[in-house]
Amino acid sequence: MTMEQILSYIPLDISLIAANFDRFLYGVWTTLNLTFIALFIGALLAIPMAIARASRHRFWNPIVWGYTYVFRGTPLLVQTYLIYYGFGQFEFIRHSWLWEPVLSSAWWCALIAFTLNTAAYSTELLRGAIIDTPKGEVEAAIATGHSYKARLRRIILPSAFRRAIPAYSNEVIFMLHGSVVASTITLQDILGVGRWLNGRYYLAYEGFITAALLYFLIVLCIASVFRWLERRYLRHLTRRETPATAEITPEPTR
Amino acid sequence: MKRRTLFATAAAFALTLGSAAFAQDVLRIGVEGAYKPFSYKNADGTLAGFDIDIANALCAQMQRKCELVEQEWDGMIPALKAKKFDAIVASMSITEERKRQIDFSDKYYQTPARLVAKKDAGFEGTPEGLAGKRIGVQRGATHQCYAEKMFPGAEIVLYGTQEEVFRDLALGRIDAELSDSLIAQESFLSTPDGADYAFLGGDHLDVECYGEGVGIAVRKGDTELREALNAAITAIREDGTYAKINDTYFPFDIYGARPASN
Repeated sequence: MTMEQILSYIPLDISLIAANFDRFLYGVWTTLNLTFIALFIGALLAIPMAIARASRHRFWNPIVWGYTYVFRGTPLLVQTYLIYYGFGQFEFIRHSWLWEPVLSSAWWCALIAFTLNTAAYSTELLRGAIIDTPKGEVEAAIATGHSYKARLRRIILPSAFRRAIPAYSNEVIFMLHGSVVASTITLQDILGVGRWLNGRYYLAYEGFITAALLYFLIVLCIASVFRWLERRYLRHLTRRETPATAEITPEPTR
Repeated sequence: MKRRTLFATAAAFALTLGSAAFAQDVLRIGVEGAYKPFSYKNADGTLAGFDIDIANALCAQMQRKCELVEQEWDGMIPALKAKKFDAIVASMSITEERKRQIDFSDKYYQTPARLVAKKDAGFEGTPEGLAGKRIGVQRGATHQCYAEKMFPGAEIVLYGTQEEVFRDLALGRIDAELSDSLIAQESFLSTPDGADYAFLGGDHLDVECYGEGVGIAVRKGDTELREALNAAITAIREDGTYAKINDTYFPFDIYGARPASN
């Protein structure tokens, strides 16, 4: 069977996808820069907020709790619409210094929404890791005369970061998938280009399938990076394989 | 006893037969509901507009029971092909590219496309004038095809609905928009939001992108329905039903005419 025959069995217009592949690559760039800048700023914001949430601070704990509650309790799409369409309804915002460089741009609106959203999730995730710090480590730190700040810096945070890696890999993948919301506010991210292709040539699936494959490839890359991180930083936590007594072979002498 | 069983069986049979005939009779029509004044929703959520009235008039003419199914614009053709409905009455232009996917009835109206921009825009509605500008169009509309063909130097910004295009034009996020001139007049330029805006340049007609008017889409090979629709369009044109619907929305005949308002 020739290649053309095989292609003719696939009910997709492959040539249209190929002809517009440079657009898809541009879409990949838009998706990646939005997702990863949001994740980066979101993670930076999440560190102090997680510390506040893990503490019993009378002022900061409830404030950060309220913030994470709102942003985790509402859909990302709604948050993005409120920022993109909602703010534009107010005359004073349209005439403020914020409008021209920031809020009039779809990219900035998406970045703000994504950052606030991922910061809320990362905060709660890191808070969980901080709270779960083994008591013994903290007690040992206290016993050796560490102040609260020194404990955080030397013991609690490094340990919490490591233990948060597996859960954070989920957050990264969720954020990547959540970034499709950008296509609803005119941005040409991966899904945006897919919808452009469908709209331009009145197709049903081609744009979506190409987009799905690209997202899948990116997720593969993210997953392998996190596997490497876990191997490197969580080695001390992996359960050691203890083979049954009968099968133990004597360790070679070193 | 026996007789009663027989009766019950007959009744059940009649019911089945009846409901089968009923199911076959219901013609499902895809409409958009976000394209004023052709298709929009009243405050109470009911559908209204020129397309909606035409759809209902055609159903009455064909003596068929119809069900209107709402569908977002860029999924319209896929939904028709997936048999979510049997016909599309949603101001869809008859174009060559679409004809590769679906069949069309005869046209039921035809209006030209025009650009809209700020009154004192400071640029012309030409490919040179619009180079580097942001032009908003509805995704999957004929205007996407035309804008990308005619204004290669401009940034084409895509929206899910025409309403979003007008909203961002009013907010200043795009420099111009390209859409049906009638839509622009009725649902933007004549509203408070559109007070500072005006048409930019003249009519845009292009057979490749805009085709030969607006028709009713049916699945490929659904000739029986297509011919019934064609006959019904001719009939409502002749008996005055079309004119009556036309006059409730527009001050002139849109069947083949140009907008008189500008």
